[in-house]
Amino acid sequence: MTGATEATAGASPAPEGRRKERLDRGLKVRTEGLYAVNSYREITYLVGPRLLLILGLAVLPLLLPNLYWQRVLCVAGAYALLAISFDFLANYVGLVCVGGAFMTGVGGFTAGIFTYYLHVPWPISILLGTVLGAALVTLIWLPSLPLRGIYFAILTFMFPFLARGVILALGILGGTEGLGPVAGMDNIWIENYLVIVVLLVAVFGLRRLVGEDAGIVLRGVKDNDMAVQASGISVTRTKAKGLFIGSLAGCFAGAYIVHLYNFMGTSLFATDYSILPIAAAVMGGSGTLAGPMLGALILTPLSELLRGFGQLRVVLYALVLVGFILFKPEGLLNWLTRKYHQFEKWTKV
Amino acid sequence: MNDEVILEIKGLTKQFGGVTAVNNVDLTLHRHDILGVIGPNGSGKTTLVNLITGFVKPTKGKIIYLGHNITGKTPHVIADRGIARTFQVMRPYATLAAYKNLIVPLSSPRVKRMVGGSLGDRDAVAIDILEEVGFERDAYVPYKLASSLPLGYLKRLELARCLALRPDLIICDEVFSGLSMAEIATMVPVMERLHDAGLTIIMIEHRLRELFRLANRVIVLNFGSKIADGVPAEVMEMEEVKAAYMGTEAVPC
Amino acid sequence: MDILIYGLVNSFIYVLMAAGFTLVYGVSRLPNFAHGALYVLTGFLVWTFVNSAGLNYFVSILITVVIVALLGAFLYRFVLMRVRGMPVSEIIVSFAVALIILEGLRLQGIGGFKGFIGSSYTLPTFIDRTVSIAGVVIDAQRLLIVGIGLAIVIFMWIFTRRQKIGLAFRGMAQDEHAAMMLGIDSDLMAVLALAVGSSLAAIAAVAIYPLGQVTAETGYHVLNAALAVCIVGGLGSWMGAILASFIFGYATTFASFMGAAKYQDVILFGLIVLVLIIRPSGLFGRQKELEERV
Repeated sequence: MTGATEATAGASPAPEGRRKERLDRGLKVRTEGLYAVNSYREITYLVGPRLLLILGLAVLPLLLPNLYWQRVLCVAGAYALLAISFDFLANYVGLVCVGGAFMTGVGGFTAGIFTYYLHVPWPISILLGTVLGAALVTLIWLPSLPLRGIYFAILTFMFPFLARGVILALGILGGTEGLGPVAGMDNIWIENYLVIVVLLVAVFGLRRLVGEDAGIVLRGVKDNDMAVQASGISVTRTKAKGLFIGSLAGCFAGAYIVHLYNFMGTSLFATDYSILPIAAAVMGGSGTLAGPMLGALILTPLSELLRGFGQLRVVLYALVLVGFILFKPEGLLNWLTRKYHQFEKWTKV
Repeated sequence: MNDEVILEIKGLTKQFGGVTAVNNVDLTLHRHDILGVIGPNGSGKTTLVNLITGFVKPTKGKIIYLGHNITGKTPHVIADRGIARTFQVMRPYATLAAYKNLIVPLSSPRVKRMVGGSLGDRDAVAIDILEEVGFERDAYVPYKLASSLPLGYLKRLELARCLALRPDLIICDEVFSGLSMAEIATMVPVMERLHDAGLTIIMIEHRLRELFRLANRVIVLNFGSKIADGVPAEVMEMEEVKAAYMGTEAVPC
Repeated sequence: MDILIYGLVNSFIYVLMAAGFTLVYGVSRLPNFAHGALYVLTGFLVWTFVNSAGLNYFVSILITVVIVALLGAFLYRFVLMRVRGMPVSEIIVSFAVALIILEGLRLQGIGGFKGFIGSSYTLPTFIDRTVSIAGVVIDAQRLLIVGIGLAIVIFMWIFTRRQKIGLAFRGMAQDEHAAMMLGIDSDLMAVLALAVGSSLAAIAAVAIYPLGQVTAETGYHVLNAALAVCIVGGLGSWMGAILASFIFGYATTFASFMGAAKYQDVILFGLIVLVLIIRPSGLFGRQKELEERV
């Protein structure tokens, strides 16, 4: 009898006569998105983590010691948006985008052109850069959307390099030197809170979207595109919509960075913008959308500390990436969620 | 019986490399028919379905649906016209609850067009459709994760996905295969109800006993060619059908 | 005539760059994004062996090719094998490994390591002379590239048709599950494919590097070239890859003879976009139409 339970208990070796038991804590959730809340304790249990995130981000700029770290927060916010964009595209639309830098580049240059050449005020430039940039990115990657498999990933990998090459070869948009100064926001508090608000909107908005009907169609494309086609819905059009939504976050990051640094150049297509968000997404927990944000908020300050060591930070992201994919593929937030909803205890057998 | 022609296939041929999967098939289907398609393994039944629904482009031939030429159209356009199909290999949207699987067809342009605006709460509609095909609402089966459903329910889910599209023509690719006798016994009335509700059905099936109860017409495919077409009882008496489908031995059913 | 011959050379440069990637993808459906990094690593290892260890040039090349092949095998066994079948992770992990190698080579200031930065790293040519063919003066190294490229193409052609392992490779490339049922070890094949693919990258590196400088940037460039060739030719197709190499080779040569050498990237970009619009799955690519069995 005892032997049988231990045999079914699975691969992890347990000490004699004891085994680990996992219990659900708090509410039983019957289906996704349908809760039965009937006490303040349960409300706190549900709302707690969300509130913690909102309040934490709201207070964060006030706690930072100096301007330097506030600037780091701005950059971290931009990276976090890119990480959310990657996570959304990869896990809810089924498009693996390894070229986030293309989004920052297109979004950044689009917004920068409006501010630099046309002297449009920055809020409008950023808005235009985000929307037009996302439309442009979607349009450029559109031909590869009907294809399955890794075509999209390969294509997205090449485009930042190619775009950079084209700008350098043609000498347009400032060529090698870049263009500046681009009139920016010039107020660290605006810079901080703009990116925080957009981050929160992106996280909660996208989490809401993937539970809504439109989001479910997107997830359907990822799970089984043939069934979606047989349901009379164009897979390419659906993917394009998903790509546009994902690009919005990425292009905003680019437009924001241009106005943060008051400069635009081919550095907007740098590999950092592609790799750090992926590392953050994998580290934070794929498919959670909030996890990648946390990942970026952890990784960016870390890489700032390593700035003195040249390329060491890129090596760091890559190492984090390999480590998490191989040894902890669920990521931080999935792990934390599990710990929050369940607790483990040893029981006698 | 209504005599309106819903689907007309002329000289349909598909070659994969050197293999002819479907060879010069002609077919006329009237509204409110239940057509059975039978034939030995590899006789081109599923290819025929894929050709009609646009997942495979024909080498030659024409498919006319409700007077429109749909040859070579993409699958979603054909589905939008009102041809729904099940898949032999079921891959539900595994990360979603069963009823959420129906949200995809319920969000399609066709459904929007047909209900003329808002459908109301799509979840409620989805659960109603699932109940129709035998998901017990009281046992919370529609709320279960699609990946946790047993085979019998997956087959019904496929059927429900088709129904949600509000089609005129349903093509069922072996919805009975792999089910137990008891499960089939509950599926047959479902199909009868669908037929009574005015649907035209094409059934590809190996379970001849149930098929002959339902179908009013049967075609037999062998090596991609149509070798027989007619009322079930007549077709099964034809010598070439016996030879091709069951060998020359006695008929088992 | 100039365009004809230099175009041929450039075409074979593309063939060499893409050969390893195509082989690995063709056999085991693994997108090896570390391809370019292995290429660069070869350059640095050979340079180190020759200049720091004082080894003979050919000996160092031999050792390096073996090391890189082993590295490819290890890359599969210890990294890629764990994420096999998850395309997202395959791409990300191999890309991350590439970054570790490429950016690692550029590290500075740790343990007295100076980092391979700058223009002082070059490999010598094998034969330092020029030949005249049909009135066109060309250096021997470029001829060698054509020779090696041709040799690889012919070798792969014979190998996959005659040898038992080669046939297993082809079996894997066509239908992995069927091949596994016939007793072909999928993992062993993938290890071999990565080893052979990596050594092809290494051979390409020793053939091409004497024409320029050894820098980490070339890693990205080579990977991009390989990916571009595969996208245009159709993923995993040898014929497509060779054809695409010739298209790129002659297009860029033509451009540089028209005095527009710096527009290479623009041309590459244009070609890729054009092919994607006209034939999204590449010239020889076959998009899987249906997953159900007929």
